[in-house]
Amino acid sequence: MIKELHEKLMSGEKTSVGLTREYLDRIKEKNGDIFAYLKVTEEEALERAHAADDRIKKGEAVGLLEGIPGAIKDNILIRGIQATAASKILDNYIAPYDATVIARLKEQGAVFLGKTNLDEFAMGSSTENSAYGTTRNPHDPERVPGGSSGGSAAAVAADLAVWALGTDTGGSIRQPSSFCGTVGLKPTYGRVSRYGAIAMASSFDQIGPIARTVEDAAIILGAIAGEDRMDATSARSWAKPYQDYLTGEVKGLKLGLVKSHLEGLSEPMRSSFQGVIDAYRSMGAEIVEIELPHAEYSLPVYYVIQPCEVSSNLARYDGIKYGMRSDDRKDSDLESVDIDLPRTLLETYLDSRHYGLGNEVKRRVMLGTYALSAGYYDAFYLKAQKVRTLIRRDFEEAFRKVDMILTPTAPTPAFRIGEKTSDPLQMYLEDIFTITANIAGVPAISVPGPEVEKDGKKLPFGFQLMGKWFDEEGILNAGDAYEKNGK
Amino acid sequence: MALSKEEVRHIAALARIGLSDEDLDRFSGDLGAILDWVKQLDEADASNAAPTAHVVGTDNVSDEDAVAGFDNREGLKALFPEERDGYDQVRSVF
Repeated sequence: MIKELHEKLMSGEKTSVGLTREYLDRIKEKNGDIFAYLKVTEEEALERAHAADDRIKKGEAVGLLEGIPGAIKDNILIRGIQATAASKILDNYIAPYDATVIARLKEQGAVFLGKTNLDEFAMGSSTENSAYGTTRNPHDPERVPGGSSGGSAAAVAADLAVWALGTDTGGSIRQPSSFCGTVGLKPTYGRVSRYGAIAMASSFDQIGPIARTVEDAAIILGAIAGEDRMDATSARSWAKPYQDYLTGEVKGLKLGLVKSHLEGLSEPMRSSFQGVIDAYRSMGAEIVEIELPHAEYSLPVYYVIQPCEVSSNLARYDGIKYGMRSDDRKDSDLESVDIDLPRTLLETYLDSRHYGLGNEVKRRVMLGTYALSAGYYDAFYLKAQKVRTLIRRDFEEAFRKVDMILTPTAPTPAFRIGEKTSDPLQMYLEDIFTITANIAGVPAISVPGPEVEKDGKKLPFGFQLMGKWFDEEGILNAGDAYEKNGK
Repeated sequence: MALSKEEVRHIAALARIGLSDEDLDRFSGDLGAILDWVKQLDEADASNAAPTAHVVGTDNVSDEDAVAGFDNREGLKALFPEERDGYDQVRSVF
């Protein structure tokens, strides 16, 4: 879609202002129902669109993204624009700087339509944990869009944005993409700078593209990837024009399959995933059975390490330098904490975090605090990091036999709003196929597979390809081949 | 197994999160259930694994110890919840 739009802008058939206005009008029409956007930045978008049109008219050299409008998840900073992370505690926060990915997209001339909804601080798999309301799945308004990048996925799926950025810590780009029928890619850890992304779990977080096609996702990745001195964990690597690596061919490609993944799926998801396997076979790929013996520990590994890192990263939301500060004694209903620190400063911390943070956030901060505290660190955090090494080794072993690994993205299609909110554990189980990629640091993409029928509705259902470290072009190529020839 | 209210109070104090009585009830159940669930890790034999320090093995990155400056002090100051004379006004420690 991006290439076609680019051609229209270059030929003069469309202008960026016209295109941006189209999207803004559609947002006005539909966002009330879908609630993909927390904030629409109409003025700023049209300003950037005008500038893009000027550059194009003057015949300046421009890239594929010049003047193309997209949406940004509200945990990524754009200078001068709100960044709430869908939390009350950042209700009044205006970002003082651009994330590196934003600065790079600005250099490419991209236009930003607004900030999209997410689970609060990216914690969740449905966008129901947003402090501002739930986004609805464009395919069925009674269902969730997935999470935590539900707003971004819904925006792209409902044609309220050409492309979007999300973040992925345990599947938050891929699972909503599966639920909404979009393409979503989590890069190799370190491929894309985390500077300017509101941190959740620093050893897992990555920013990545959500788009209508694999080619579009490739174009966005190329614009944002590459080493960044502002992110010490970013890898020594440079961005490529990933869209130039899409050959449409997968002959001889070795795809690893864990049999229990297929067998564990109930119908109609199982037939959908089998359809994808058959498609790759018919395109000339070889399906190789593999084992990931320690993958059974993925969920507990993730749900120990992630809350620990969360508890550390969210300590900064204390009502001191920015965000919501609440320390009016008369509002406080907190008798239950007794520490003999000076009451007034402590009250700022306790009250701001009491009123500002949602329940899921509080749960995870406390879990992490517990698991890192004296007496528990070895049994929980240290043990989890050791098992993480075992999981990583499983991947190294598997990649000796195969080029990439094929799995479903999620065990089910989009579930109903409210269906999984009564028990946190039920929600955590949604991540079962996606978290291993974050644990091992490998790149992974979700691509729409055959739709499944649930309660008389046809719903999107994605499949996932996990590649070797830094082999984004490999998984993009394989995903693109399915899109072009496999369906 | 649910955590005791004492334990939840202790954790909340460490995490600097104020909890109401209703919160105490809710979280002692939730946290207990999650902790029981992650205890599966006990079964894994990790005796010959070192903890993962950096998942893609990037080495220590260093930078020059030089002042770089930040070009949006006004943007930062505008975020202070309470401001006085250009400073962030906070409650006293003592």
